[in-house]
Amino acid sequence: MPAARPIRRRPAAEEEFDGQPRASAYVCEAASCMSAQSHEITQRLNEAVAEAGLTDVTIKRVGCLGLCAAGPLVEIAETAQLFEHVRPDNVAGIVKALGKVKPTDTRQPQGPFFEKQLRVVTENLGRIDPESLDDYLARDGYEALKRVLTEMTSTQVRDEITRSGLRGRGGAGYPAGLKWTTVAKAEGVQKYVVCNADEGDPGAFMDRSVLESDPFRVLEGMTIAAFAVHATEGYIYCRAEYPLAVERLRAAIRLAQRNGYLGTGILDTSFNFDVQIRLGAGAFVCGEETALIASIEGRRGNPRPRPPYPAVSGLWDCPTLINNVESFANVPTILRKGPEWYAQYGIGKSKGTKVFALAGRIVNTGLIEVPMGMTLREIVYDIGGGIIDGRPFKAVQTGGPSGGCIPAQFLDMPVGYESLLEVGSFMGSGGLIVMDDTSCMVDVARYFQDFCRDESCGKCVPCRVGTTQLYMILDQICRGEATMEDLAQMERLAGIIQRTALCGLGQGAPNPIFSTLRYFRDEYLAHIVDRVCPAGVCTITPAEVRS
Amino acid sequence: MPVLHAKPHAPSDDKRWKIVETRMRRMGDRPAALIEALHATQEAFGYLDTDALNFVGDTLGVPHSRVYGVATFYSFFTLKPQGEHTCVVCTGTACYINGAKQILTGLEKGLNVKPKQTTEDGKVSVLTARCVGSCSLAPAVIVDGEVKGKVNVDELVAELGAM
Repeated sequence: MPAARPIRRRPAAEEEFDGQPRASAYVCEAASCMSAQSHEITQRLNEAVAEAGLTDVTIKRVGCLGLCAAGPLVEIAETAQLFEHVRPDNVAGIVKALGKVKPTDTRQPQGPFFEKQLRVVTENLGRIDPESLDDYLARDGYEALKRVLTEMTSTQVRDEITRSGLRGRGGAGYPAGLKWTTVAKAEGVQKYVVCNADEGDPGAFMDRSVLESDPFRVLEGMTIAAFAVHATEGYIYCRAEYPLAVERLRAAIRLAQRNGYLGTGILDTSFNFDVQIRLGAGAFVCGEETALIASIEGRRGNPRPRPPYPAVSGLWDCPTLINNVESFANVPTILRKGPEWYAQYGIGKSKGTKVFALAGRIVNTGLIEVPMGMTLREIVYDIGGGIIDGRPFKAVQTGGPSGGCIPAQFLDMPVGYESLLEVGSFMGSGGLIVMDDTSCMVDVARYFQDFCRDESCGKCVPCRVGTTQLYMILDQICRGEATMEDLAQMERLAGIIQRTALCGLGQGAPNPIFSTLRYFRDEYLAHIVDRVCPAGVCTITPAEVRS
Repeated sequence: MPVLHAKPHAPSDDKRWKIVETRMRRMGDRPAALIEALHATQEAFGYLDTDALNFVGDTLGVPHSRVYGVATFYSFFTLKPQGEHTCVVCTGTACYINGAKQILTGLEKGLNVKPKQTTEDGKVSVLTARCVGSCSLAPAVIVDGEVKGKVNVDELVAELGAM
């Protein structure tokens, strides 16, 4: 993959402005809008504002504004007026709107996409310049760390995290408080905190958006975690496919180090902690924690059997706390607003909020954060704006290659870790891919199996050989060349892989097959018995060639 | 861990080796720096040839076999030089259900090039990515580092063919 273009700094003129601006335009410069040339919009706006002589107006680049489908996005901060699909020749209209902003203006609601969300992890997204420590501090940044370092003991911090009910947001949902306590109590002088930013699920971009839009929040969360588990060194393992996120993280780490938020004697206390970035290199399996550790150590990303868990023996055999980006990003808010505040949201054992990436055949593609327990219908139809072209909803795929497809009959189910497991899917990291009647579910299962077979590290036989066999049978079904015996064989094999594979990649690989078989068996039968693809996606081998 | 072997010489006088050497030295020339070193080498030279792999291994005290193992394990590393231009086709789920497969077949038909291959004239290399995270622009491709969203296959083939 070619290297990313360097991020251009803002011209100095913009930074000279002091005093409260009367009006400000926020230009989204996160990856999705950036790829739609939003940086050019920022430059044009600056030129236009200077030309119009508006001295009390600022143009600011911010992180993800959420509604990626309509990018590039520009928001007037005072009125929350949103400009969508902005092209360089629309700039004049924005400048005009900026000129009309009055001091009495308040932020007006902008429709269900924004109204129905509850922003905790994403509270600063689209509100701050991702590379400005001042912006972060102005929105209560590092307040939680100050409180932790000056008023609390590590036990109290762990206790608050436990009471908040926060669970690992990487997918499995292991209680964060329990994991922190295990690491804190594990024997060893050297301990590590690792942030898993190897967001490998296709169709998921929550962690990328958070890193690109609010990197200090992740650093603050990691620092608090390090204090709670007595660690002094941390690593962020980030995908190399996210050059912008890496760039902004590097900038944030430098600023935090320079201003006493990282390094020795943080905030003039005796607490030391520093963070380094390690780049992934395109291996999905490295999202598995033991494989991730191997990769940080410079080796092939092969997982190893657990126990011992990394919490006891991880990086260089030292106790290691591994959480993902979203988990760490929750921490500062929990400690600032209190565990009870956080735990009031959610359903059952799934507390707080969850960030989802909406993608696929949905109108409002983008990044959202909702309280746990919201129904899929509200997410897909109210926030997501329904299906493109008003086509019928067929399924929503969650959990990436280890997840499943949820059919329309469960649209009114509240979303939580347990409820998703009950219907044969999986929370995963939070990618929600919506499918309509133009998707063939057998083809989708084949797609995920192709993914797993390609990404299998090859260490254990069930995964290395099994996923390839599953793929071959699925391919036969798609081509209309399979028999009912093949289907039975596939189900048996999928069960064996689920029970015997070494790590989550292999154990989860059969899930897309199980869930599509459970809810869309008729489509499999159509391919096998009638030799047709109901969605018209698969190319069925003609009968004369087949025989 | 102290380095017990003499530091090897870079394969050539190319100044880019200095960048690679600095990156490795900053991490203490230890085996743990292997992946970072490979990143640095690929950033500087575009790909990893045998000389580069051996040099990195010798500097960090990692056997050549293990360097090769790591370099081939991770799909981000490439051991072959790329064409003048690259076209990365995203095959993430959102792009897949929005037509990434059609893009790949279109490129194969139009330019006679499959993923991980370069056109005969050495102009364009076609690669695939698991997900570039531009799901809202699906189907997306990255041509020479620039993301193109909502791709039209015929236009893309024409554009690449004219390069």
